[in-house]
Amino acid sequence: MAADDRFTEDFRNSREEEVIGTISEAVTGPVSDWTTDFSHLEPEWSADPYPIQDDLRQRCPIAHTERFGGAWLPTRYEDVAAIAYDTERFSSRSIILSNFRPPRELAPIGGSPPISSDPPFHHDARKLLLPAFTKAEIAKQEPATRAFCHSLIDTFQGQDVVDAAGDYAQHIPIRVIADMLGFPPEDGPQFRVFVEDLLEGINLPPEERIERVSRLFDYLVAQVHDHIDNPREDLTTYLINAELYGQKLAPDHVVGTMALLLIAGIDTTWSAIGASLWHLAKNPEDRRRLVAEPGLLPTAIEEFLRAYAPVTMARLVKEDMHWHGVDMKADDWILLSFPAANRDPAQFDRAGEVVLDREVNRHAAFGLGIHRCVGSHLARMELRVALEVWLTRIPEFTLTDPAAVTWAAGQIRGPRALPLRIR
Amino acid sequence: MKIQIGAERCQGHGRCYDRAPGLFGADDEGYGKVLGDGVVPPGKERDARLAAANCPERAIDLLEED
Repeated sequence: MAADDRFTEDFRNSREEEVIGTISEAVTGPVSDWTTDFSHLEPEWSADPYPIQDDLRQRCPIAHTERFGGAWLPTRYEDVAAIAYDTERFSSRSIILSNFRPPRELAPIGGSPPISSDPPFHHDARKLLLPAFTKAEIAKQEPATRAFCHSLIDTFQGQDVVDAAGDYAQHIPIRVIADMLGFPPEDGPQFRVFVEDLLEGINLPPEERIERVSRLFDYLVAQVHDHIDNPREDLTTYLINAELYGQKLAPDHVVGTMALLLIAGIDTTWSAIGASLWHLAKNPEDRRRLVAEPGLLPTAIEEFLRAYAPVTMARLVKEDMHWHGVDMKADDWILLSFPAANRDPAQFDRAGEVVLDREVNRHAAFGLGIHRCVGSHLARMELRVALEVWLTRIPEFTLTDPAAVTWAAGQIRGPRALPLRIR
Repeated sequence: MKIQIGAERCQGHGRCYDRAPGLFGADDEGYGKVLGDGVVPPGKERDARLAAANCPERAIDLLEED
């Protein structure tokens, strides 16, 4: 059998040459006016974006900023949905809003298919992943996930106060995705750094961002080589062997998809678990109700996902156009806020409240349209098991110091420090 | 009452088979499918309505018989 020579030095070099795009000057500092100068990277937004979004939805439902080389922020459900569905006019070739716009030629594949892909390529790249992420397939991960959650709580023995974000929520998705990709579990702490490299530090100088991203790719290429030498039953081996249009996948497709699976599954679910525990710590009546009525948990989880949706995506406008009352220019960013859509009173009754038993809840936490989160069944399983185990083992807990809670800045929002008193 | 899924709208969120597993199932890629002939058994109308009302893509049609 011929050796798999797709992942050689040549591939690395060609990848680096592709990093040509448009770089805008980083603008940071306090926002002067949220309607004309918004930034999701400022501390006011990460601390509590909902009042800002609610205000914008009333006053200026498609806000603008000159930062990042120009970006728009729709806050109505209707507009967020329209953009998510309109892949003709809005490209996914970069879904993290930054000061760097990748070249148009990167479409329709993008750097990390299928999240970065546009039709028609998107459909075929996505189809490769779907069978591994069905609810039935994900259910196979549940016993190990449950045992792992218990093992984390076992480590709390003797402690009165624990960090539910750093000592619990964070570890769960890292462990599960490492298992699915077939990466060594002891590499978990590195994954957190990769996540920060990619999703935070958006305003760092471009050279530094490229340097950080290449650390992740070095790691992934090393994993690919290890899997070529020692194939096993995991997603990495699956992607190495997968075929599209009668050929093995291009090497940057394999590595880009591995990057997506590793990064997208970590701080998203970590955020959802953390935000749910934060809510329950602050609202003892909700906590007591869920402990007393565990059957309510699946409904409550959908409500946590609606009210504290962790993920905001981005799009790039394809051509100049007048759209829903504003003049968008080609290559303007769209900050596609599913959290803002989820709190639109035109779509949800009592939109700003957490209603644990909300029966009708057509939220968009996992996106809408062709880019529906491929890992949504995995995320729901992790969130449910994490909360079930926590509430069974630690039914009584409170926030020690609300001011000590910190939130991630950027497009993925959730608690990064969450000190809870557990006895 | 009859239920059907608009396959061109379904994106595999799975809210229907989470919410009403007796009426909906998943295919090999996680897209929703109607179990059986889609006729809602007596007493299950509420489940069918809630599944439709929770579909993020509005992909479920309820055909009421009168």
